[in-house]
Amino acid sequence: MSLGAIMLPGSLLAGNIIDPAQALVDGMDVAVKKQLADIALAAARAKGATYADVRIGRYLNQFIITREKRVQGISNTESFGIGVRVIANGSWGFAASNRVTKEDIVKTAERAVAVAKANAKIMTEPVQLAPQKGYGDVNWKTPIEQNAFAIPVKDKVDLLLQVNNTALQGGANFVNSAILAVNEQKFFASTDGSYIDQDIHRLYPFFTVTKIDKASGKFETRRSLSSPVGMGYEYLTPSADSKVAGVVTRYKNRYDILEDIKHATDNVNQKIKAKSVEPGKYDLVLDPSHLWLTIHESVAHPTELDRVLGYEANYAGTSFLTLDKWKSKNFQFGSKLVNIVADKLQPGSLGAVGYDDEGVKCKEWDLIKDGVLVNYQAIRDQAHIIGLNESQGCCYAQSWEDVQFQRMPNVSLKPGATPLSVDNMIKNVEKGIYIIGDGSFSIDQQRYNFQFGGQLFYEIKDGKIAGMLKDVAYQANTQEFWNSCTAIADKSDYRLGGAFNDGKGQPGQSNAVSHGSATTRFNGVNVINTARKI
Amino acid sequence: MAILKKEEAQALLKKVLGFSKADECEASLAGREGGNIRYARNAVSTAGDVSTLTLTVSATFGKRTGSTTINEFDDASLEKAVRRAEELAQLAPEDPEYMPLPGPQTFKESITYVPGTAAITPDTRAEAVAKSIQVSKEAKLEAAGFLENTTSFDALMNSKGLFAYNTDTDVIFSITTRNQAGTGSGYAARGYNDISKLDTHTATQIAASKANGSANAKAIEPGKYTVILEPVAAAYMMENMFRALDARNADEGRSFMSKPGGGNRLGEQLMDDKVTIYSDPFHPELPSATWNNNGEPQDKINWIEKGVVKNLSYSRYWAQQKGVKPVAPPGNIIMEGGNASLEELIKSTERGILVSRLWYIRMVDPQTLLLTGLTRDGTFYIENGVIKHPIKNFRFNESPVIMLNNVEALGKPERTISVESYRSYLIPPMKLRDFTFTSLSDAV
Repeated sequence: MSLGAIMLPGSLLAGNIIDPAQALVDGMDVAVKKQLADIALAAARAKGATYADVRIGRYLNQFIITREKRVQGISNTESFGIGVRVIANGSWGFAASNRVTKEDIVKTAERAVAVAKANAKIMTEPVQLAPQKGYGDVNWKTPIEQNAFAIPVKDKVDLLLQVNNTALQGGANFVNSAILAVNEQKFFASTDGSYIDQDIHRLYPFFTVTKIDKASGKFETRRSLSSPVGMGYEYLTPSADSKVAGVVTRYKNRYDILEDIKHATDNVNQKIKAKSVEPGKYDLVLDPSHLWLTIHESVAHPTELDRVLGYEANYAGTSFLTLDKWKSKNFQFGSKLVNIVADKLQPGSLGAVGYDDEGVKCKEWDLIKDGVLVNYQAIRDQAHIIGLNESQGCCYAQSWEDVQFQRMPNVSLKPGATPLSVDNMIKNVEKGIYIIGDGSFSIDQQRYNFQFGGQLFYEIKDGKIAGMLKDVAYQANTQEFWNSCTAIADKSDYRLGGAFNDGKGQPGQSNAVSHGSATTRFNGVNVINTARKI
Repeated sequence: MAILKKEEAQALLKKVLGFSKADECEASLAGREGGNIRYARNAVSTAGDVSTLTLTVSATFGKRTGSTTINEFDDASLEKAVRRAEELAQLAPEDPEYMPLPGPQTFKESITYVPGTAAITPDTRAEAVAKSIQVSKEAKLEAAGFLENTTSFDALMNSKGLFAYNTDTDVIFSITTRNQAGTGSGYAARGYNDISKLDTHTATQIAASKANGSANAKAIEPGKYTVILEPVAAAYMMENMFRALDARNADEGRSFMSKPGGGNRLGEQLMDDKVTIYSDPFHPELPSATWNNNGEPQDKINWIEKGVVKNLSYSRYWAQQKGVKPVAPPGNIIMEGGNASLEELIKSTERGILVSRLWYIRMVDPQTLLLTGLTRDGTFYIENGVIKHPIKNFRFNESPVIMLNNVEALGKPERTISVESYRSYLIPPMKLRDFTFTSLSDAV
C-alpha cells in the first residue's frame, strides 16, 4: 500500500527485548557468517537449486517514547536469524529460521528448495534472473559519526523531557516525543560468489505538540520538521549551516529539536487562531519537508515495476505508468523542468546502502527526464522485462525472516539548474499557499488522483506572505500536477524528507526511504476546505 | 510446537514467576503457527510458513518496570529472562501512571478456536488458491490474491494469582480480478475463524462479476449522493472511529468524542437512532477472546446504542483518575442492522451509488473524524432500483460520524475484514444519504 496509518512499522516492533548494552556487543564474526552461508548455499545446490542466496541478519532497534513529563516506553530489541532464497525447477522458494546452527541451516535451505519445487508445479514461466557478477568479500557501512545505540538512554530521555517541558512552558496542552534508532547488521552471500557484510544505521527523532481550545472544543497539532535519516546520533547536534531560515526554520542534515519545539509551540498557538482557507485554485509553493511525500506517492510508487506488471494488484495496486507509455518515449509525465532520479547512494538518505538485498551494487538512474517517463525501478528477475541486462539494485527485505522483493530506492526531484531562491519564487506568486511539513495523504490504486494536507499553511497574496491558514488540503491528478510545475528552487535549498514505514506486499513489509527536492511551485491546484462540524 | 495446551502454558508460566524477586511480576506466552500463499497474474508468486513462540516477562519494583522477551525455554534461559527484566526495572524511570497488577479473575472459555482451521496444510492453501485461479482463467481475467491462516494461543500469569489462556484460529482471503484491457476490476475479501466457511470459488466469482461489470465506466459529477456501502467498504470507513472510543483522549479534548467546554460525549445522541454498535466475545459469527493483554475481562458492552454514546474505554489508570470502573477497549466490533439484503437495498433506491470497496483511507481531521479515500473495484450508478451502469471512481471527504447521522437503511450484518488492518468485523451493508464525493479518479 504505502505509508502505514500507524506510526511504527511492523519491522520495528519485531525482535526480542534486550538490554541497551547488548546492542553494542559485536555480532557474529564475518568469517563465521561466511562459513554458515556456504553451508546453506551448498545444501540448496545439493537439493537441486540453480541459484541460492542467504541473508544472515541481526536487526537492532531502540525506541524511547515520552508524553509530557512521563516516559511511556524504553525498548531495545534484537532479532537474529537466517533467510535462504533459492530458484529450483525455475521457481522461487524461501525459508527462514532463527536457529542458526549448521543442522538448522541445512534444514532451512532444504525447506526453501521444497517450497520452490512445490510452487514450480503451478508455474507459468520460469524465473529469468539478470546476470550478476560476484564481488567476493566486500563490506559497506553507513558513514555515521556517533552510533545512536552508544548514547546513554538517560541522555535521550533527558533531551525528550526537555523538549516536552519547552512545549508545556510555551502553552501547549500536550506533547508527545520519541527517538527511534535502527541498526541493520546484514550479511549476504550468493551462488554468484558475493559475500557482502553491511552495517546500516538510521535515526528518527520527532514530536507532536497539541493545543486545545476548550471553549470551542477545537484542537490543533504541529509535528516536528525533522526527518528520519540514514545517519547516527550526530543528526541531533545542531549546526547553523544546516538551518534554513524563513517563515519557520527548517533543517538539512542536522536537526535542532529544542529550537523546533519552540517554533512548533508558537505555530500551534497561531494555528488555533488561523483563518480557514477559502476553497479554490491556488499556486502552491511546496517546501521539501512537504513535497517529499507527494513525490513518494505520485512518482516513486507508480514507477515501481512490480506494480506496473500487476504483482501488487490485490493490495498496493497497479500503476498508470504502463509499459506502453514508457515504450512511447514521449509520455509527458511532468513539465520540462521535472527531472526525477532514483538512487540508493545519497549520503544521509534512508535508502543508502552499498549493495541491495540480492547482492547488486547500488547506483543512480533517471526515472523522469525533462518531464518524460524514461525508466522504472527493477530487480534481477524483472530487468529483462524493460530491456536491461542488469538489475537496478532495488531489492529489500525488512528482516532476515521476510523474503526480499522490489522496494523503492530514494526517488528525488532534481533542484532547478538556474539560481532561484524561495523568496524570489514567492515574489512572483499572486494567489498562492506556501505549505511546510507533511500531513494527511491519500492516493488511488493506480496513482492518478491524490489529496495531501500539511503542517503549516501560509497564504501568499501578491508576492507576499499574508498570514497563516488552516483546514487546507489539495487534490490533483498526478500528470496534471507535475505538468503544472513552473519553478524549482536551486540546489542550495535541496533537502531530504522520508519515512521509515513505506508498506508493501502480503504479508506486509516496511521499507525506509528518502525523497529529496528543493522548494517547488505548482500552478492552479485545486484546494479544498477540510473543516466540518459534527 | 508453538501452540501450548492450557496446562503446559500454566506450568511454564508458574516456573517463570518462581524465579522472580520483584515486587510484582507478569509473564505472558504468545504462540503462532500458520502460513500464507500469494498469487498474481494467475500464478503463485510467494508462499511461506511461520512458527513462533515468545515469552515476555515484566518485573516491577515500586513504580519502575522492565520487560524482556525470549524464545528459548530451558530453565537457565527462563531465569535469565526474569533477571534481565528485573535489572531493566531497576534502571527504568518511575512511571507516575503505574497501576498495580490485577488479582485473580475468572475468565469464561472463548469460542475462537476451530480445530479444522488449525489443521490447514500448505496443500489446503494451494488447493483453495487453485480454485480461485481456475475461476479467473475461465472468466478470462487476471487474478491476484492472498490467503493466510493463523493458529495462535496467548497465556498470561502474574504474581497476584491471575491466569488467563486463549486459543484462536483465523483465515483471511482476498482476491482482485482484473480484465486484460485494464478497464474493469473486482474484489472480494473474507475472514473466518472456521476454514469450512471459506469458499474461494464463490468469492472469486463475485470478484469476477464485479470486474466484468465495472468495465467501461462512465464519469458522473462529484457531489453529494445517496450511497450503498457494501460491508467491506463500511467496515474500512468506520475503523478509525472504532479505534477512537477512548475516554482519556476525549477528556483531554483531542478526540471526536470530546465535548466543547470539556469532558466527553457519554450519554449524547451522536448518531442516527438506527445505529447500535457493540462488542460481544460470544457472538457466534465473530467470537473474540474473553480477556485482553492487560488481564482485563472482555464482556458484552454497547458502545453506541440507538445513536447514543453508551460507553468509552477507560484504562485502569484513567478510570482511577475519574473515579469510574475501568472499561477494556473493544475486543471485537458488531454493528446491528436489519434484514434487508444488498439487492433489496438497491431495489429501494431511486438514485444512488453502490460502493463495492474503499481504498487508502486516511485521517484528514481527527476532531471531526473527517476521512479521505477513494472508491475502488466496482462503483455503480443505481436508478429506479436497478444498477444502470458502472461509474468512474471517486475521491470522498466524509466523516463516519456525519455518515452515521445520514442513515436511510441498514441491511443484514455480514462478517467482513478491513482491507488495511485485516481485522474482522460484523457490519451491515448501509444506505446513506448525502455522502460527499469531492473529485473523480481515472483509476481502475
